[in-house]
Amino acid sequence: MITEKSAFTENGSMSRRSVVLLGALLPTLCSSAAAMADELDLPRERIAPMAPPFVHPHEQSTSKGPKIVEFSLTVEEKRLTLDDQGTSIHAMTFNGSVPGPMMVVHEGDYVEVTLINPGTNSFAHNVDFHAATGALGGGALTLVNPGEQTVLRFKATRTGVFIYHCAPGGDMIPWHVVSGMSGVVMVLPRKGLTDRNGNPLHYDRVYYVGENDFYVPRDEKGKFKSYASAADGYADTMEVMRKLVPTHVVFNGRVGALTGKNALTARVGETVLIVHSEANRDSRPHMIGGHGDYVWETGKFSNPPETDLETWFIRGGSAGAALYTFRQPGIYAYLTHNLIEAVELGATAQFKVEGPWNDDLMTQVEPPEAIGTQVRAVPRTTAQYDH
Amino acid sequence: MTTDEAVCRRQVSGDAFDACHVARLSFEPRYFAAVAIVLASTLAPPLASQLGAVIEAPAVVALQPRPFSYRLAGEFTRDGRPLSAPLRIAQLDRTLTIMIHQVTVADYERCVRDRGCLRIPHDSSDQPVVKVNWQDATAYAAWLSRQLGAAYRLPTDEEWAFAAGSRFSVDEFPDGAVDPGRRMLQLYEFEIDRGAPFDAAPRAIGGFGANENGIFDFAGNVWEWTDTCYVHHASRATGAETAIANCGVRVVEGRHRTYMSDFIRDPRTGGCAVGKPPLNLGFRLVRA
Repeated sequence: MITEKSAFTENGSMSRRSVVLLGALLPTLCSSAAAMADELDLPRERIAPMAPPFVHPHEQSTSKGPKIVEFSLTVEEKRLTLDDQGTSIHAMTFNGSVPGPMMVVHEGDYVEVTLINPGTNSFAHNVDFHAATGALGGGALTLVNPGEQTVLRFKATRTGVFIYHCAPGGDMIPWHVVSGMSGVVMVLPRKGLTDRNGNPLHYDRVYYVGENDFYVPRDEKGKFKSYASAADGYADTMEVMRKLVPTHVVFNGRVGALTGKNALTARVGETVLIVHSEANRDSRPHMIGGHGDYVWETGKFSNPPETDLETWFIRGGSAGAALYTFRQPGIYAYLTHNLIEAVELGATAQFKVEGPWNDDLMTQVEPPEAIGTQVRAVPRTTAQYDH
Repeated sequence: MTTDEAVCRRQVSGDAFDACHVARLSFEPRYFAAVAIVLASTLAPPLASQLGAVIEAPAVVALQPRPFSYRLAGEFTRDGRPLSAPLRIAQLDRTLTIMIHQVTVADYERCVRDRGCLRIPHDSSDQPVVKVNWQDATAYAAWLSRQLGAAYRLPTDEEWAFAAGSRFSVDEFPDGAVDPGRRMLQLYEFEIDRGAPFDAAPRAIGGFGANENGIFDFAGNVWEWTDTCYVHHASRATGAETAIANCGVRVVEGRHRTYMSDFIRDPRTGGCAVGKPPLNLGFRLVRA
């Protein structure tokens, strides 16, 4: 029994069979939902979710009937470095990433999540799915202490992109969320995405950009503090949180997580779906040099997408989705257009887009040169040159 | 206001070189005319006695001019297309006398105590002073010149390159595609690849060792201000050439060359839109 438990907490996943087996051996570890699962005569699919910004392979539309889609989320409490200066926090994560993985299903499917809280963790955790109906989004049924696990199943009745986050009660709710515990469930219409006239929309790539606000305490000299444990830093962190001024606003867990070598990629002509979440605070995504061709600003696909947007608004506690076809190569900055937060606090990603330049869309008619042709200036020089 | 005045209006006066003045000189049909510079002789007698402590002259080394390989500073275009900065053989027009160490926190603090420099928060006194902008550095040079009765100033970019020798990076983004998108992507990759392999915490003076000229800490994790202005050189197939200086932006040297607005102290917030900005900003001086 102990051996089996160790085995699946290590690899973070387990088969349906082992859940049932353990259910018999350890009734206290299994929720009633797991027992009821047998009543549903539906095909099952087990998905290995991917760490953001990547999203597990999925069909954009389906002609098949509903199924039970199984995911497992293992809570990992770990130190997370937030910036190039080495500022770090004791993060709380789903599956080790901030944000947690995006899980994709279709309307009418059942999402069946095994939430695992390994015995090496320090805190109780749960999960509130904004896509789910009842019991605080499942939060009331999923509170697991270190060393426990639970299985929750909910029906995906509404389409769109929805936050999930830890919500273990009281002050623990915002603390766990701003320590990294949020992610997204995407419920696609069975027929796929459509524009306002019902014409189908497709994407060639999908990226999940999870925005997080962090509140790191500083010492008397203004330097960021670090703590021996999450509990040690709790009081100071809550004090910073209550002032509502984040020290870091970042995409995917740290400054630069989606720039440089980690920049997102696409090709001219490709259509990219960007899912953007912020579990705690408002944001204003903007693509410098591009647009949102079709944007579900509130993230819910039963509403017609807005078109040709310059900047869109993500309400704190929600996710939105933007569809864009790249028409020009080069570097694009995808950021929050509160530029102070984007540049000073970190909320910037970059796209590297390959392909041929379109002179019709943009041409540099005259490069920067002197105003008039006679204005000339020479800088100071202390050397002579051989030509 | 003329264009020259507009681009130079932020130039700081004082014993720093008046780039705007030179900018208005007539231009010979070469990129760089060798312009004789005479520093304004505004040097006061030594005031060390007033401090009750003798300010020691900084350790320097004198380097005789000899030809060296130099990548011109600034941006270059020909017929509107971006070009790599030309690589030339250069030779300084006089002996270069340059500090073998960067200015330290302890050095700078003396200037602060004497009200010659603005106070900058710092950690350890035996480290190079960092989080200084170009104006702080020139204020320090003016103060030191007054103390010692000798003219100290920031090096020009050419002087820095000559002194740095093998530590001067002639690495430059190559002439690449004309396609703006392609070029943007190439530049992005180029900037990514030249990040410094050090962390940002300043080391004690000497921590990055000496170069072949016996000068310490070039191209470590502290970049250095120079006195050279940011210039955009444009040339045409017709032979027309222009060079417009913006002296509110100065050349900063280190593991790679970059350009910084003169009021920036923290390079992470004042640098490039893409790529790796310098880790720290400090300086050393030359003696005229």
